[in-house]
Amino acid sequence: MIAIIDYDAGNIFSVKNALDHLGFDSILTRDKKEIENADGIILPGVGAFPEAMKKLSGFGLIDTLQAEATKKPFLGICLGMQVLFEKGFEFEECDGLGLIGGSVVKMEQKDLIIPHMGWNKLELLNDCPLMNGIEKESYVYFVHSYKAQCDDDNISAYCEYGGKVPSLVFNGKTVFGAQFHPEKSGETGLKILKNFGGLIK
Amino acid sequence: MLAKRIIPCLDVRDGKVVKGVNFQGIKDVGDPVEASKEYNRQGADELVFYDITASYEERGVFLDVVRETAKQVFVPLTVGGGIKTVDDIRETLRAGADKVSVNSQAVKNPQLIREGADIFGSQCICVGIDAKKIGEKKWTVYINGGRVDMKLDLIDWVKKIEALGAGEICLNSIDADGTKQGFDIDMLKAVCDSVNIPVIASGGAGKIEDFSEVFEKTGATAALAASLFHFKELTVGQVKEHCRGKGIIMR
Repeated sequence: MIAIIDYDAGNIFSVKNALDHLGFDSILTRDKKEIENADGIILPGVGAFPEAMKKLSGFGLIDTLQAEATKKPFLGICLGMQVLFEKGFEFEECDGLGLIGGSVVKMEQKDLIIPHMGWNKLELLNDCPLMNGIEKESYVYFVHSYKAQCDDDNISAYCEYGGKVPSLVFNGKTVFGAQFHPEKSGETGLKILKNFGGLIK
Repeated sequence: MLAKRIIPCLDVRDGKVVKGVNFQGIKDVGDPVEASKEYNRQGADELVFYDITASYEERGVFLDVVRETAKQVFVPLTVGGGIKTVDDIRETLRAGADKVSVNSQAVKNPQLIREGADIFGSQCICVGIDAKKIGEKKWTVYINGGRVDMKLDLIDWVKKIEALGAGEICLNSIDADGTKQGFDIDMLKAVCDSVNIPVIASGGAGKIEDFSEVFEKTGATAALAASLFHFKELTVGQVKEHCRGKGIIMR
């Protein structure tokens, strides 16, 4: 059972639809017990960093997520990936979950169209079980205006958009983050989610 | 590098695609779910569903179509037509849309853009615009399916849309729409030069070269067409292959 964290942040149904399609059991929840009992966790999300943290905190989920992320496969998607880091700088400085070292900053470059919206190519950097069977330079779907800044060691794949954009991050253990939307990235995205589901015992 | 997007638009009425799709191997040619799957197979980068009745009674049927498509097709889905309030946006996103396209109502009540962006994020608010040329480098914005001139300067409007927090603009040229003479290059250029958010070109595509032209001559990041794909005059795959041959980055 995969717990998809429902904290009023965007289109969580897309993730559920994709997992249903792949035949993985999942549940939309913000219940601590259900999250603790799940075999894997997906933290989706669109919107703003401080708002997301405020909601996670309001639902009393911060401690639970931090603890469970060390015990079972945990995947943050888009904003859900950004809040894995220590700090965000969207509108205001804000603490994240601190599961991966680094911060989240505005994508800035003259004439760069923001949001970074559309299909971009994944360039592989470090091995990661979610990338098993994914051909190099596969396209996935992005939509975001802020990006992560972290050690190369934690980057499994990046793309180029006004510089290097960490696209798939991994702490080497149980925590994964996808800046793109695997649930909206066609066959490539489904395969990445399938790889994630495959990690669940 | 970010790829340019090719987006088929499906006009839906009473739960059916209007303009009679006729793909091979599809049971119900007017079934939007089947049409979406076919476009997905062809390599469509996103899909747009437009509710052309947009009546209260038909809304449920339309959202059922969106819901069913979102269960079977895993590329971004934009839904437009008849969206007037924040509640409409919420209901549409909950049905499985990734973005909503607001048009007339955004002109009548621009705060809808800000409220939508604040609550659901900029990324899901696309503002659709119907515009018409009134003079040299001058265009005005129309509403209600291109029937009512709001005497609103296009360039002022797109700057305002960006400031209000929209994530994307879908720009339709009333002059080019239906002519099959190509996208409205001058208008697209003027808009792309005025804002820093993605702009989708819409209206006028009639042949394969129109797509490469719009990407070569303007800053549009995506091109949308409806009847051209509906009537199978071109497939999404053919368009992308052609653009790739011209050195344009395509998925």
